[in-house]
Amino acid sequence: MKKALFISAAVILLLAFVAGVFLYGTKKTEQAGQLAQQNRSALVRDYSPVLGPADAKVEIVEFFDPACETCRHFYPIVKEILAAEPERIRLVLRYAPFHQNSDYVVAVLEAARMQGKYWETLEILLESQDAWVVHHAVQPPQAWMQVQNLGLDLERLQRDMQSPEIAARIRQELADADALKVMKTPDFFVNGKPLPSFGFEQLQTLVREELENAYRQ
Amino acid sequence: MPMNRTQNSNDPAWTRVFLAWLIAAVSTLGALFIGEVMGYAPCVLCWYQRIAMFPLVLILAAGLFPFDHRVVRYALPLALTGWALALFHWGVASGLIPENVTPCSQGVPCSVEQIVWFGFLTLPMLSVLAFSAIIALLLLTRFKVTQ
Repeated sequence: MKKALFISAAVILLLAFVAGVFLYGTKKTEQAGQLAQQNRSALVRDYSPVLGPADAKVEIVEFFDPACETCRHFYPIVKEILAAEPERIRLVLRYAPFHQNSDYVVAVLEAARMQGKYWETLEILLESQDAWVVHHAVQPPQAWMQVQNLGLDLERLQRDMQSPEIAARIRQELADADALKVMKTPDFFVNGKPLPSFGFEQLQTLVREELENAYRQ
Repeated sequence: MPMNRTQNSNDPAWTRVFLAWLIAAVSTLGALFIGEVMGYAPCVLCWYQRIAMFPLVLILAAGLFPFDHRVVRYALPLALTGWALALFHWGVASGLIPENVTPCSQGVPCSVEQIVWFGFLTLPMLSVLAFSAIIALLLLTRFKVTQ
């Protein structure tokens, strides 16, 4: 009798927990989707770095932090997704510099973009991330050392990094991340739709669905 | 009949420990839900309260089958520690204790209320209530058994 009471209480609690996880997840995804629909302008800015053709019908928006380890692991995977359908998918990168001093690295990237060396700078920084992120905090001198051999005009880079334009962009990026309730990185939107739950497979599935919707014959 | 009498006198004690276990289990699952599912990062004081609450689920359950009233001795220190931490946290969160004397200078501040239900119910308050109820049930069990 007591055992039955105990076991049924335990089972009911666990079931309630699992149901809660499921319901909360569904509601969250719905809300994130609505939020993205209401804030279309916050999803992509005209200055945002883009990889892929302008007429691609599937657009992946990735909010990322250059200092985030998971973002680093996702980068080659996202590029693989793009490489599989180079004419149909484009990638828009947005910043969510949540780590301490991350905005320094975002400034390096944006200044490098002004010299037309965005993607190589991004790749070298992601590759060497362990060298300039210590205990989840960016070490600016170490990050600066990584971009020495890319043929960048370093004086100009340093000047541009201080420019009010880049500071304004970083503020805009953070405001947009806030408006879209991006709390963790990387966060993806595919044609404005958020991932139902975080994971590489979920991203692949959503991209596949959107490809099918957009290019149905 | 003596067998039956012990059985009967033990029943309320068992029920009290069971209720204490129920509160601990609901609190634990609730904390996990808010932390892992809703994604609110626990502050330092929340972590210490979790350290006191989570083991209660296992210890109290172990004391229920077969019923061992000494489980009170083993569970009470945890419950009292958690209760003291919860009370301190409540003080910090409601502004009675200034944040700068707390161990939460980095990361998630303990003084910020992330969740308020029905306009008054906060997480530190729920924690105080849960630990208080568990302590009351355990003391009642001990008191009745030694009588």
